[in-house]
Amino acid sequence: MPDPALFRTPAAGSQPLYDTPSYGSTAKRHPKIALVPVPTTLTEASGPRFSPHHFPAIADLSTLAGKPALGERIIVEGRVMDEDGRPIPHTMVEIWQANAAGRYDHPGDQHDAPLDPNFHGEGRVFSDEEGRYRFVSIKPGSYPWRNHPNAWRPNHIHFSLFGAGFAQRLITQMYFPGDPLLELDPIYLAIADRAARERLIARFDIALTKPEWALGYRFDIVLRGRAATPMENA
Amino acid sequence: MPPATPNQTIGPYWHLIEHPEWADLTRFGANGEAITISGRVLDGDGDAVADAAVEIWQADPPADDRFPGFGRARCDTEGRFHFRTLKPGPVAGRGNAWQAPHLALALHARGILKPLFSRLYFAGDPRNETDPLLASIADSARRATLLADEVAPAHWHLDIRLQGAGETVFLEL
Repeated sequence: MPDPALFRTPAAGSQPLYDTPSYGSTAKRHPKIALVPVPTTLTEASGPRFSPHHFPAIADLSTLAGKPALGERIIVEGRVMDEDGRPIPHTMVEIWQANAAGRYDHPGDQHDAPLDPNFHGEGRVFSDEEGRYRFVSIKPGSYPWRNHPNAWRPNHIHFSLFGAGFAQRLITQMYFPGDPLLELDPIYLAIADRAARERLIARFDIALTKPEWALGYRFDIVLRGRAATPMENA
Repeated sequence: MPPATPNQTIGPYWHLIEHPEWADLTRFGANGEAITISGRVLDGDGDAVADAAVEIWQADPPADDRFPGFGRARCDTEGRFHFRTLKPGPVAGRGNAWQAPHLALALHARGILKPLFSRLYFAGDPRNETDPLLASIADSARRATLLADEVAPAHWHLDIRLQGAGETVFLEL
């Protein structure tokens, strides 16, 4: 069996560092010893497959038992591809978010904002043949956190993707254009390269917006690709 | 070519996508040598990382409709996690090498801005001696941070230390 192609190394500044002092929770949770590099093996090149049979899709977060959640209804659509621009078909996309008031339906969230009985905040969709995914939700509210005085998280939706190989695992957050909290947010700013972090901001799309019904946002997701030049076997 | 999307922390509220049954990789009826995996996730002060998500992926036995090969477990207030899975066999390495039986680990939590990858090997397995990754770690104490102990028959335990004394070997994939 030929060796799997190596995964590409991220460009400097394009990914956050584990040690980010402005984000207080990283202080005791980042390794201090350098990571050990692992050339790609079957372990990293392969990854889980999720069949909708075992993992049914939840593509509409905007209603619960047929009742509408409060808030601004949105459609989020995009493509999942790799760094070579190849679509990643049939891959699972997990989504979770706060409600329109900025409160998670989670016992750990004690923010003094109302829960919405018609909003839970979990979604799960699969990309199609061309890597396209789509879900309907409501725009999440911003909420305070205790990282620093008067700290507020920008509006965001959490995303989790697997891709084809375990080394492609991606956990990220989608933000909204024009949010003044972005430039104050240590989690967003942990990505040093401005162009890289701006790729986390969805684009408002009037063509995707459904008249009399919901605003459309486009958010493309790129998973790690393989290095152009295969390394020789060690 | 579009560059890869940056990671962000999973945050403290990821349990909205948690399904406890995902920690049992035998739930669809796969057959094999069933084992329990347990451990604790601890921070640089030795305190429990109570909001962590621990994920395992194994290339062996190969995933099919009855064996997902993937599991996710939450840590409890003591930082403890548990999985039920099948014991893996060896996996092809690069070149002509073979890798000792192992699970790939990915760790996510508030304060962790991109997945932390590691591996779990089985202490005492003679194939560990020739595993290319273990061999690449010269310090035996460091290497031992990847070796789960059999604390009871078919029950393997590994603590994961994010920082400080006994810091787990984390991997750059």
